[in-house]
Amino acid sequence: MALPFQSDLITPTDDVWSVSQLTAAAKRIVEGGFLPMWVRGEVTGFKVWTSGHWYFNLRDATSQVRCCMWKRDAVRAGKPPAEGTEVFVQGKPAIYEAKGEFQLNVTRLIPTAAIGQAQQELERVKALLHKEGLFDPARKRRLPAFASAVAVVTSVAGAALRDIITVSRRRWPSARLLVIDTRVQGDGAVDELVRALRLVNRLPDVDLCIVGRGGGGREDLAAFNAEAVCRALAAVRVPTISAVGHETDISLTDLVADVRAPTPSAAAELALADQRDVRRALDDLAARLAGGLGGRTRLGIERVERAGDRLQGAIAAVLERRGHDLARLAAQLEALSPLRVLERGYALPTAPDGRILKRRAEFIPGAPFSLRVVDGSVPARVEAR
Amino acid sequence: MTTIADDLTRLEEIVRRLESDDIELDAALALFEEGVARLRSARERLAAADLKVQTVLEGAGGDLHLEHLDT
Repeated sequence: MALPFQSDLITPTDDVWSVSQLTAAAKRIVEGGFLPMWVRGEVTGFKVWTSGHWYFNLRDATSQVRCCMWKRDAVRAGKPPAEGTEVFVQGKPAIYEAKGEFQLNVTRLIPTAAIGQAQQELERVKALLHKEGLFDPARKRRLPAFASAVAVVTSVAGAALRDIITVSRRRWPSARLLVIDTRVQGDGAVDELVRALRLVNRLPDVDLCIVGRGGGGREDLAAFNAEAVCRALAAVRVPTISAVGHETDISLTDLVADVRAPTPSAAAELALADQRDVRRALDDLAARLAGGLGGRTRLGIERVERAGDRLQGAIAAVLERRGHDLARLAAQLEALSPLRVLERGYALPTAPDGRILKRRAEFIPGAPFSLRVVDGSVPARVEAR
Repeated sequence: MTTIADDLTRLEEIVRRLESDDIELDAALALFEEGVARLRSARERLAAADLKVQTVLEGAGGDLHLEHLDT
């Protein structure tokens, strides 16, 4: 029997929500209220949809929550977990509006046992390599001061390579990057990293090698802790930089490499000199070069005069070739030029072939010569000797 | 093949010698000219073209070749 309309309970002017409004509001509250989190629980009712998405429940002794893992993330998780497996999942709580259901959208799933195994394997490899001296500071090679060809072992599609390219272009644009593409996580990553590192030794004229990847979760770094990868890295014949972008964890490749960089960008900073530093050093050397020659000028003015044409030629050549780049050097050279001496009233007797006439014997009666003064030359002739 | 490191090392040496007092003028001028040439070569190296990025590919027979990578 229908209930009579209780007009004193609800009136047409009351604010009545639709179901969609309610679920949308719940969605906003739930999805805005949590950061991504790790949850531990047992998998039950696991199902792979034809779409490739995974659906399952995660439960503990008293509660359970529906979980959904999109195909893209499920692929990375590897083998589907068996019923009852205890797992860590990373995800965000969400509301599935069509059914008004609360669920956890899972992006990562790792069996808890795998974490234990991975940790044990890591400790085993670390102890072994340490015993063999692969982490020994005495093994560490210095990076070259001016590398020009850098082998980069990473994924061509990864953010790490983009960062390395950006920094390299800024620091040392005449450098050459030789990229060896490799998977850096998941199935096959270890074999591919080993192959790529061996390939570095077959490249001629490589100055150093960067191996790395961008930031990832702890389990994504597994390949960089693999024994085979560490050994291949130790066998690289040029200095190596390990750049596994993870803020808290140190991978074993970080310990084996000659240098550890916190990120791929930092690796490029370490690998290549900064052109701005070198430009400054060159400016300084240019100034000292000019100053050094100036010292000679003060020591023997007449000897400088003899060389005046050559020096002037050098200055002209410098100016012509370098243009305004060397304007500062040129100004300094100009200030030291022996031609400045001419401003003080000295003149240079010069033979028609450009030779400077220094001794009585060089003046032949009747022979023409010119007198070089500050603003040009004056024709002259020897009357008598 | 000389490198920019060679240029910088030699420039340091040239400048040190020019700054010492016991050097003949002819030698000083020769050093100066070499210094100017080294400066020029070092600056030209810095002014070189855009960063070169290549991928290393291994053929079926194990031969290596380089391919330009668009960045």
